Amino acid sequence: MTALVLSAARRPVDLMILLDWRGRLSAAFLLAMILAGLAAPLIAPYSPTDQDLVNMLMPATVDHPLGTDDLGRDVLSRLIYGTGASLYASFLAVAVATVIGVPIGLAAGFFGGWLDDIISRVIDALLSFPGIVLAIGVTGALGIGLTNAMVAVGIVFSPMVARLARARTLIVRSELYIDAARCFGSSSYHVLRRHVLPNILQPLLVQMTLLLAAALLAEASLSFLGLGVQAPAPSWGAMLARGYTYMEIAPEQMYPPGFAILLTALAFNVLGESLRVVLDPALKAR
Amino acid sequence: MSGAALRTSAWRGLQVIPVVIIATLVVFLLLQLVPGDPAITLAGENATPEQIEQIRALYNLDQPLLVQYGQWLLNAMQGDLARSLMSGEDVTRLILQNLPPTLLIVTCAMAISLAIGIPLGVMSAIHRGGVLDTIATALASVGIALPNFWLGMILINFLALQNNIFPATGAGSLLQDPLNALWYAFLPALSLAAGGVAEIVRQLRSALLEVLDSQHVRTLHAKGLSPARIVWQHAMKNVSTTLLTVTGLLFNRLLGATVVIEAIFAIPGIGSLIVRSAIAKDFPIVQGVVFTMVLLVILGNLIIDVLYPIFDPRVER
Repeated sequence: MTALVLSAARRPVDLMILLDWRGRLSAAFLLAMILAGLAAPLIAPYSPTDQDLVNMLMPATVDHPLGTDDLGRDVLSRLIYGTGASLYASFLAVAVATVIGVPIGLAAGFFGGWLDDIISRVIDALLSFPGIVLAIGVTGALGIGLTNAMVAVGIVFSPMVARLARARTLIVRSELYIDAARCFGSSSYHVLRRHVLPNILQPLLVQMTLLLAAALLAEASLSFLGLGVQAPAPSWGAMLARGYTYMEIAPEQMYPPGFAILLTALAFNVLGESLRVVLDPALKAR
Repeated sequence: MSGAALRTSAWRGLQVIPVVIIATLVVFLLLQLVPGDPAITLAGENATPEQIEQIRALYNLDQPLLVQYGQWLLNAMQGDLARSLMSGEDVTRLILQNLPPTLLIVTCAMAISLAIGIPLGVMSAIHRGGVLDTIATALASVGIALPNFWLGMILINFLALQNNIFPATGAGSLLQDPLNALWYAFLPALSLAAGGVAEIVRQLRSALLEVLDSQHVRTLHAKGLSPARIVWQHAMKNVSTTLLTVTGLLFNRLLGATVVIEAIFAIPGIGSLIVRSAIAKDFPIVQGVVFTMVLLVILGNLIIDVLYPIFDPRVER
């Protein structure tokens, strides 16, 4: 079974077949969201920034299936365009975390010694910071805006990636095939790239999926606070912020973006857990 | 506590020192992330040369990096976190003034998380695969994916605006009227606690399931002990350290999450303070709050490290 899983998991399509129904449903949902985000200009009925001050805060109608916001903008269109911004933000943060975290974790686990001691202490210290607070600090330094905010979130997530990469490298390092590669005279770089990295990718893939959910929630929080996406661009967090301002007169405004965040974060988490079961057969019993 | 346990605790206490030093370095290095000349960037667009000079002097920007850090650390150790660039107020005083409301809602949220999470996690593990377990596991999944500030908005809408049960926003003074302060803290703490309950249920359930599958629990069954006694008297002992670890992580998580919750409920805590300051580029306050938060987390972890040997004698090494 393990061999089958390991070989099959190399192709995304085969991986889909091995997932349970929850994982497949989540993957399909996320795929639809990504497509909706990419095709926003084609499928959104209105522009996300066109104002219609006569029809402000309208309830749902045939013309506006989710109503209009405080500037008369179509909520459905803003939701669809916001999908792109929110998903871009999540993927950016996780990409930054991976690019920083994986090499550092690999180096610490593979070379050990004083390098590992120092890196491990730094990881411990960085993990002591409440994530959002450190992200606000970094955003405050880099300057406000969606890209800066998500780079900040990526930096904050990187020690988590580094810790997992280090732990997995420690396990792989003592395998026989690493010794064999070394005996044949491979350089450390070659061993790391060709033998260690491919063997730690699967647990990393699980963690990256779970981090996408955390990054999505972080984007929502930072944009809500005004540190992320800047008006008039739509993102789910920014839409919630406007909904909050007009909560007393139009409480229904907070439901479309709220459910979008909840369902997407839930889908990332469920997909991550399903991937974990497929990629780590030892866990299947539980 | 025995002598060995005391030694273990003291040793763990010492290990906190390098973490604190690296944490101070991270807080200090935040300034290095400011693009361009930090003095000019932080002073803003219409700054006078005097204002720029003032910031340069504040951070010793014309000195080598190591000297800058040394000076900053020396001041921070004496409780001097510089002054606000906007109002000139003392940052340490500002943080101490804003700390009580934050600590109150985080503490209440911890209490709610543990009070609901522990029984729910235990029941879930005992009735594995049953209706209650299915519901609790599903709720935990939702709780982790739920933006807590959105939950806060929903709670305000239903319990404060549409039905006037709780106050919508604000905070009460803990010293003048503790009951009123708790009343104000209830909705924010409840919004914060949703993620906490979910985390505790998941971790406790999975840790308990592992223990319940073990050999010694089978022996207890064979002895004729009731399932309830096995869990509460024996299995809970085995998962107490997991629970401690989760509680520590939870404190960290809630301290971060409270920032957005404070914005929703208009609570004058250090979360609101850091958001306001980050937008206004009032960097000494941003650094001060990040520093305070990480010190609180490290202190919390230290307390938990000291408690480990008491809950689990096997940790004594």
